[in-house]
Amino acid sequence: MINSPIDNRQSTIRTINPTPFFFAVLSIVAFYYSGLNLQFVANEVIIRVVRNSLLVLALVIPVIAGMGLNFSIIIGAMCAQAGWIIMLDLKVPGIYGISGAVFSGVIISIICGYAIGTYLNRVKGREMIATIIIGILGAGIYEFIFLVGYGSFIRSHNSEMLLSRGVGIRDMVDLAPYRNIIDKLWLMDIHGIEFPLFMLFIAGIAAVVLKFMLSTRLGQQFRAVGIDRMSAELAGINTDNTRIKAIIISTVFACLGQIIFLQNIGMVNVYTAHMNSDIFSCAAILAGGATIREAKIRHVFIGIFLFHSLYIVTPQAGQNMFANAALGEYFRSFIAYGSIAMAILLNIRVERQKANT
Amino acid sequence: MKKYLPHLPQIIIISFIVTLFFIALKIDIAASTIFNDLVVRLILNSVVVVSLIPMVNSGAGLNFGVPVGAVSGLLGMVITANAGGKGLLGFFCSIAVSMPFAIVAGAIYGRILNKVKGREEIAATFIGFSIVSIMCLFWVVAPFTHPQMVWILGQSGLRNTIGLKDFWEKSLYHFMQFRIGELIIPVGSFMFIGMILLFLFLFSRTKTGMMMNAAGENESFARINGVNIEGIRILSVIISTTLVAIGTCIYAQQYGFIELYDAPLMASFPAVSALLLGGSSGKRFFLRHALLGVVLYQSLYLLSLPVANMLLMPQMAEIIRMIVTSCIILYALAKISHVSEEA
Repeated sequence: MINSPIDNRQSTIRTINPTPFFFAVLSIVAFYYSGLNLQFVANEVIIRVVRNSLLVLALVIPVIAGMGLNFSIIIGAMCAQAGWIIMLDLKVPGIYGISGAVFSGVIISIICGYAIGTYLNRVKGREMIATIIIGILGAGIYEFIFLVGYGSFIRSHNSEMLLSRGVGIRDMVDLAPYRNIIDKLWLMDIHGIEFPLFMLFIAGIAAVVLKFMLSTRLGQQFRAVGIDRMSAELAGINTDNTRIKAIIISTVFACLGQIIFLQNIGMVNVYTAHMNSDIFSCAAILAGGATIREAKIRHVFIGIFLFHSLYIVTPQAGQNMFANAALGEYFRSFIAYGSIAMAILLNIRVERQKANT
Repeated sequence: MKKYLPHLPQIIIISFIVTLFFIALKIDIAASTIFNDLVVRLILNSVVVVSLIPMVNSGAGLNFGVPVGAVSGLLGMVITANAGGKGLLGFFCSIAVSMPFAIVAGAIYGRILNKVKGREEIAATFIGFSIVSIMCLFWVVAPFTHPQMVWILGQSGLRNTIGLKDFWEKSLYHFMQFRIGELIIPVGSFMFIGMILLFLFLFSRTKTGMMMNAAGENESFARINGVNIEGIRILSVIISTTLVAIGTCIYAQQYGFIELYDAPLMASFPAVSALLLGGSSGKRFFLRHALLGVVLYQSLYLLSLPVANMLLMPQMAEIIRMIVTSCIILYALAKISHVSEEA
């Protein structure tokens, strides 16, 4: 991130992205000053790997398909919340509720993904800014449905979720009926560090599925479209269709990711839980060494590990170094925004250099 | 003649506004109140919307980096307030103090945008986000001491919102204010904003202004004719950033509060949306587009407030605004891409 990897001398050799090292150094320094216990940090990091892995994995395919960072994974997150709310509304208990939330969330996110993909085909070259605005639009529609619609034109079946005025869902709904059903499965404890093996297993499965998907014909098509759209079209690939598929898969992954995230937290902050999920996920994958043009599955896991280690220790480090915890919080949002900005700037410069040569 | 026909979003928004207007009159909201509120909202927002024009016309894209100018304005105001500026003089001082920051920030920002030609929108968005979060760090550690600006208890740093009641709240608004019946006409504010518009109009008639428009309309043609594209684009970014800083000072003066920290984070989207709503069929935007856009955008927001309150759902207005803002930008993005693909 500091040394830009676009030196002509270096471009012949395979360059190593310095971003992960930057994040690692920063995390270690912040960890040293935070004075936090290693065991606590390790537990927190494991929880966050479990919570965020699918959301971040969702970013891989659009990057490979040449569409840049897909900020509209926030729509997938909202679909997941909608899935949970539907299940709570219908009062479906236990494991059936979890499956129902997954099922309804996935259905909604396929529909949304199709719509987003179709729109993105009309704004080729401007996908990233478009996905940011789509995220804002989605948040507006989401609030409209659950704050204004629920209880007025959508019939409510569960009066406990309603606001006292009779319209709209409360800010926070409890996922108590579904808590700890899959979280505590296969829990392993090594020296006070808890490994929720089942959840890690799910994250692993998701990574394997994604890896497999990339090796299939469809995966090759994604790559071909990402490298050069025109020649992919000439080679007989329906590029528009492929791009729509990329966004649908991404949205579904994001939806599943948010279902796991909320299930793990144990409640849904109806109007705020999805916020920043796009920014933090993008920052995480970039921290792992991905760029706007290249993303691998290892970038996802390295990235979550590095970004969230930093995320956990900064408030305490800010408190100890400057007697102000808010400073650490602002610092980490700066790191998130700043790393995305840097990635975009560097990538565009690399692209232009390639175009010139 | 086709040039003057309203396009699709305008037709939808106007019919929406007319409906809301009649509902508002029906629930006993005086037309004069609506007028006065609209004037206030125009003072709050028009300069920021107008500020987007030089950048769009020079081909540097829609300015999604409004926060760059906004934080310069905030910095100017905070410094002036800390030094004890008061009244109308304090207000003008705050603009003067923010000017150098805006120019330097604009020059750097313009240089970066030149490096990312063709992808300005996404780069600008994240430059804006980053600068807001850097300034969050600054507001915490900055050595300001004025008791009305820092937290009262222990905590270091500036407050989230600084009330301007004892500084220069509404000083420009009250300057040369007339009343016709129940209508309030703030001549001072109108004159100040009018001067900015006049400056932009006259500037577009100068040689530099014409070069700027030429650079936006056809870059290679302008380059052949000896226009320094990079330089002219940086100049347009500086002008835009400076105008945003002025707009922020006017906003705070009218609103009565300086809002720090995360407040300017999303400032770009409503402004861009208002300009696009004013719309233009060609590549070039004129002042009238910006003014029409800001009037339509703000009246929609203004009229949806009482109606939302009537329905006992005060959040409705904000939700409608979010949906409208993003729909307009998405529509325009699709249209721009369609045009550029045909060319």
